[in-house]
Amino acid sequence: MSEDKAPLSDERMQTMYRDMLRIRRFEETAFELFEQGEVVGGIHVSIGQEGCSVGACSTLNEDDAILTTHRGHGHSIAKGTRLPEMMAELLGKATGLCHAKGGSMHIADVSKGHYGAHSIVGSNMPMGVGIGLAFHFEGKGQVAVIFFGDGAANEGSFHESMNLAAIWKLPVIFFCENNHFASSTRVGYATSVADISARAGGYDIPGVTVDGMDVLAVHEVMVEAVDRARRGLGPSLIEAKTYRYFGHSRKDPQFGPYRTEEEWNEWKAKDPLLVAEKILGVSEEEKKAHDEAVENELKDALSFARQSPEPEPDDVYEDLYA
Amino acid sequence: MPEVKMRTISYSTAINEALHEEMARDEKVFLMGEDVALSAISPATAGLGDRFGHERVRNTPISELGFTGAAVGAAMAGYRPVLDMRRIDFMMLAIDPIANQAAKLRYMLGGQVSIPLVIRAPEGGGSQNGPTHSQCLEAWFIQVPGLRVIVPSDPADAKGLLKSAIREDNPVLFVEYRALYSLEGPVPEGDHTEPIGKAAVKREGSDITLIGIGSQARSCLEAAELLAGEGVDAEVVDPRTINPLDVEGIADSVRKTGRCIVAEEGHKSGGVGAEIAASLQEAAFGALKTPINRVAALDVPVPVHTKLEAIVLPSTEKIVAAAKKVLS
Amino acid sequence: MARSTSRLSRKRLGEMYRTMLRIRRFEETADDLYMVGKVVGGVHVSIGQEACSAGVCAALREDDAVLTTHRGHGHSIAKGTRLPEMLAELMGKVTGLCRSKGGSMHIADVSKGHYGAHSIVGANMPMAAGIGLAYQLEGKDQVAVVFFGDGASNNGAFHEAMNLCAIWKLPVVFFCENNQYAVSVPAEYSTSVDDISVRSKGYDAPGLTVDGMDVAAVYEASREAVAHARRGLGPSLIEGKTYRFFGHSRGDPHYGMYRTKEEWEGWKGRDPLIVCEKMLKMTAKQKKAHADAVEAEIKEAIEFAESSPEPEESVALEDIFA
Ligand SMILES: Cc1ncc(C[n+]2csc(CCOP(=O)(O)OP(=O)(O)O)c2C)c(N)n1
Ligand SMILES: Cc1ncc(C[n+]2csc(CCOP(=O)(O)OP(=O)(O)O)c2C)c(N)n1
Ligand SMILES: [Mg+2]
Ligand SMILES: [Mg+2]
Repeated sequence: MSEDKAPLSDERMQTMYRDMLRIRRFEETAFELFEQGEVVGGIHVSIGQEGCSVGACSTLNEDDAILTTHRGHGHSIAKGTRLPEMMAELLGKATGLCHAKGGSMHIADVSKGHYGAHSIVGSNMPMGVGIGLAFHFEGKGQVAVIFFGDGAANEGSFHESMNLAAIWKLPVIFFCENNHFASSTRVGYATSVADISARAGGYDIPGVTVDGMDVLAVHEVMVEAVDRARRGLGPSLIEAKTYRYFGHSRKDPQFGPYRTEEEWNEWKAKDPLLVAEKILGVSEEEKKAHDEAVENELKDALSFARQSPEPEPDDVYEDLYA
Repeated sequence: MPEVKMRTISYSTAINEALHEEMARDEKVFLMGEDVALSAISPATAGLGDRFGHERVRNTPISELGFTGAAVGAAMAGYRPVLDMRRIDFMMLAIDPIANQAAKLRYMLGGQVSIPLVIRAPEGGGSQNGPTHSQCLEAWFIQVPGLRVIVPSDPADAKGLLKSAIREDNPVLFVEYRALYSLEGPVPEGDHTEPIGKAAVKREGSDITLIGIGSQARSCLEAAELLAGEGVDAEVVDPRTINPLDVEGIADSVRKTGRCIVAEEGHKSGGVGAEIAASLQEAAFGALKTPINRVAALDVPVPVHTKLEAIVLPSTEKIVAAAKKVLS
Repeated sequence: MARSTSRLSRKRLGEMYRTMLRIRRFEETADDLYMVGKVVGGVHVSIGQEACSAGVCAALREDDAVLTTHRGHGHSIAKGTRLPEMLAELMGKVTGLCRSKGGSMHIADVSKGHYGAHSIVGANMPMAAGIGLAYQLEGKDQVAVVFFGDGASNNGAFHEAMNLCAIWKLPVVFFCENNQYAVSVPAEYSTSVDDISVRSKGYDAPGLTVDGMDVAAVYEASREAVAHARRGLGPSLIEGKTYRFFGHSRGDPHYGMYRTKEEWEGWKGRDPLIVCEKMLKMTAKQKKAHADAVEAEIKEAIEFAESSPEPEESVALEDIFA
C-alpha cells in the first residue's frame, strides 16, 4: 500500500490546491457568519495553515483516521468531511455533524475517518494512540494522524502518547502544527526546544521539521511517515512551522497585543495558497475554475445549513447513551 | 425453569471468571493496565496473560492519562477495552479521558461514536495504605452524565455486572472494593449476567431500610444481623449501580419500612448517600417516618495508623448506632 | 555510562559509605519489623540503590530540597532525616514524622529540606518545579532534587515538569533511579529509549547516565548538575542505572517471578556497598567500626520508636487545614 515516490499527477496537484482553497474560503465564510452572529458558539480558524492540513491529508486513504483540535476545520475538510453538514453544525442546526451539540470545536465525520476535533488541548493524542492500537490489531495497514499545536506539545499527554506509540510500534503520526503561538503565548517562551521535532529523540522515533507553508514539502515528509507506519515500523513526529493569520479566536486581532505587524507581514508573504499556486503549477485559468467551483460548493453548503431545522428541545437527551 | 447450579467463589474469582469468559466470548475485548500481564499481581486478572497473550492482556507504562485515552480511542474504533487501574487513586491522573472524553464524545459528536469501555477501579481502605491509596471516589463520577457507575458488593453481582458492563456500549466505571476481594458467596454457574440499573434487596425486613454501597452493603448486612438480635427487623438494599440509580427500587423498600440509613465508604459531604437521600425525599417523602441518616467516612483523609483509620472509616458498629438513633 | 574518576578524598567517600550503610541497615531493620507485624502499612525498600541516595545527597546542602517516592527511605536518610522519628512513623507512633498519618510512603522532614516521599508516581516532579520556582523567586541559590523511577519517567508529569524547569531555568535536578523495573514491568518494555537521560534533549537540558552502583560516579555527576542549577542555568537530568535487590514491596520475591536469578546475581555482585569498600580498600577493622556505629544508631531509633506512644484519637481530625 505504500505511496510511490513518483511525482504527483497534475490532477492530484489540482485537487490539493482546490482543497486548500476550499478550506480558506470555508473559514473566511465561517468567520464572516460568526461576526454577523449566525454561528452558534466560538470558532478558531486555521487560515494560513492550509498547507499543513492538505499536505498531510493528501497522503491518506479514506479508511485512515485523523484527530484534530479546536482549530480543526482545515483537517476536517482535507480529510473529506461533508461541507454542508459541517456548516450546519456551525450554524447550530439539527442536520449538523454533531446535531448542534458539539459545534465548531467538535466537528467529526467518522464515516470519512475523521475521529473528531477535540477541544481539550492534548486530549486527542492518547485517543489517536488508541485508534492506532485498534489499527494494529486489525492489521490492515491503516494509519492514524493526530494534529496538534505547539502549545499541546507541552502537555503530559504528548509524552505518554509518544512513548506508548513508540513501545508498541503503532501506526500513528504525530503532526505538530507549530504556528508559533498558544493563544497569546509565544512558542519560544513555553517550549524548551527550538524544534519540537527534537523531542522525537526521547522516544527513539524519527522526528522532522518541515516548512508548513509549503504543501508539497509537507506532503513529502508525510509520505515517508505514512509509509513507515503502514509497514509496522511505528510512529513519527512531524513538526510543520506555520502561522495563523487570524487571531486565536473571537476578538483577538490579527496582530497587536502579542505579535507585531512586521512579523505578521513576513509570514503573510509566505501565504501557503500563493506558494501552492506556484509549486503546484496552477494557471490563472485553472484558478478561476477552482474559485468558481469552490464558491458554488460553499453556496450550496450555506443554503443547506440555513434551510436546515434547529434542534428540538427533546434532543438534549439524545445521543447520550448508546 | 431450568435449575441454576450454584457454587461458592470469591469476589475476586468472580471478577476473574467474568474477564476470562468475556475475553473468550468476544475477541474485541482486551485488557490494559500496569502489570496486568503478570498473573501474580492480582487474583482478579490471574491467568489472563498466559491464556490470551500479551497483545490482548497488555502491560502499560505508568501512563494513566495515556493508556486511558488510548482506550477511549480504541473504543471509538470498534474495540471493547477493559482497563485495570489497580487503585482508583491512580485513576485521578486520567480524569480528562474519562470525564471530558469518554463520557461526552457520543453526545458531543451527535451519536457518531459509542465508547464501550470498562474501567475497573479497585478502591477502599482498611489496609493502612494511607490517604492516597484508600479513597472511595465513585461519588465524583455520578456528576458525569454519560458514564455508567457500577459498584458490586458480592461475588454474584461482581461477576454478573462486570459481564454486563463489558457488553454495554457505554463507558462504565466499575468500582471494586478491595476489602471484598476475599469475600465468598454463591454465584450461578455458566453465563451469569445482572442488569445494570436495578437495585437488589439483599435481606428482607420491615422496620428499617439499610442502604449500603460497596463495602458498606456488607457492613449493612452485618448490622442487620446485630439488630436482629435486638428485635429489629432490618431490610438491606444495595443500589449496585449508582448511574443509573434505581430510585424506584430503593424507594419501594423505604415505603415499606418508613426509615432509612445510607452507608458508604466515601466521604460524607457530597457523597453517594447525599444523592440517594435527596432522591428518596423527592420520591417517597410521605413514606418517611424519620429523617434519613448517613453513615460515611469522616471528611478527613484516611490516615495510615490502624486506630486512626478506624475512626475515619464507616463500620458495622456505626451503622448499628445510626439505626438505633433513627429507631428511638 | 559515566563512571567515577575517583578524585574524591577518602574522607568524603568514607562519609558516603557510612550513609549507604545507615540506609542499608535501616531498611533491613524496617523489613524485619515489617515481618513481625510491627510496621503499620507497607514498605518499599531501596536496598541495592543506596549509592544513588548517598551520592546525590552528598552534593547537597542542608537548605537544598529533596523530594522522593514510595521508595524513599534512602533519600530521606541521606538528606539528614532524623532516624528515630522516621522509624516511629513506620511503627505508627505519634512521634513519627507524619504523626502516624503518612507512613513509609510519605516520610518527610521539612526541617532538613526533605519535602516528602510522594506515593502517587510522578506527583513529586511538578512539585519540585514549584520548589525550584520559589527558590528562584526568592533569589536564593538553593537547589531542589527530585528522585523518581524508570517507571515514572513515562508519566506525563515528567514531561511537563522538565519543560517548566527548562523554560524558566529553575534550579532543579531530576534524578532517575533506573532500577530496571516498575513493579513487574521492565524498563526495556515500558520505555522507548535505552537511556532515559536521552530525554533531556527534548528540553534542551543536560542529560547524563551514570553507574548507579558507584557512589563516587553518582556524586560527581550530581555535583556538576547541582552547580549548574545553583548558577541559574536550569535543570539537568541524571539517570543512575541501578537495581533493587528486594522485591517491589513485601510479598514480591527477589527473583523468580519476572526477573531471573542470573540477572539478580549479576547485579548483586555489584552491591554498591562492596563497590565502595573496594574503592576505599577498607580493612575488616574499619568496616567493623562503621558497622558498630550504625548498629548503635539503629538500636537507639528502635528504642525511641518502641517506647513512643500511639496517637490519640483526636490526631485523626488534626492537620487538615492550616
Ligand atoms: C487542557 C486545556 N488547557 C487550556 C485550554 C484553552 N486553550 C484552547 S486553545 C489554547 C491554545 C492552544 O495552542 P496550540 O496547541 O499551539 O494550538 P493553536 O491554538 O495554536 O492551534 C488554549 C490554551 C484548553 N482548551 N484545554
Ligand atoms: C500514578 C500511579 N500509578 C501507579 C501507582 C502504583 N505504583 C506504585 S510504585 C509503582 C512502580 C514505580 O516504578 P518506578 O517509577 O520505576 O519506581 P521503583 O518502584 O522502581 O522505585 C507503581 C506502578 C502509583 N503509586 N501511582
Ligand atoms: Mg499554536
Ligand atoms: Mg523502577
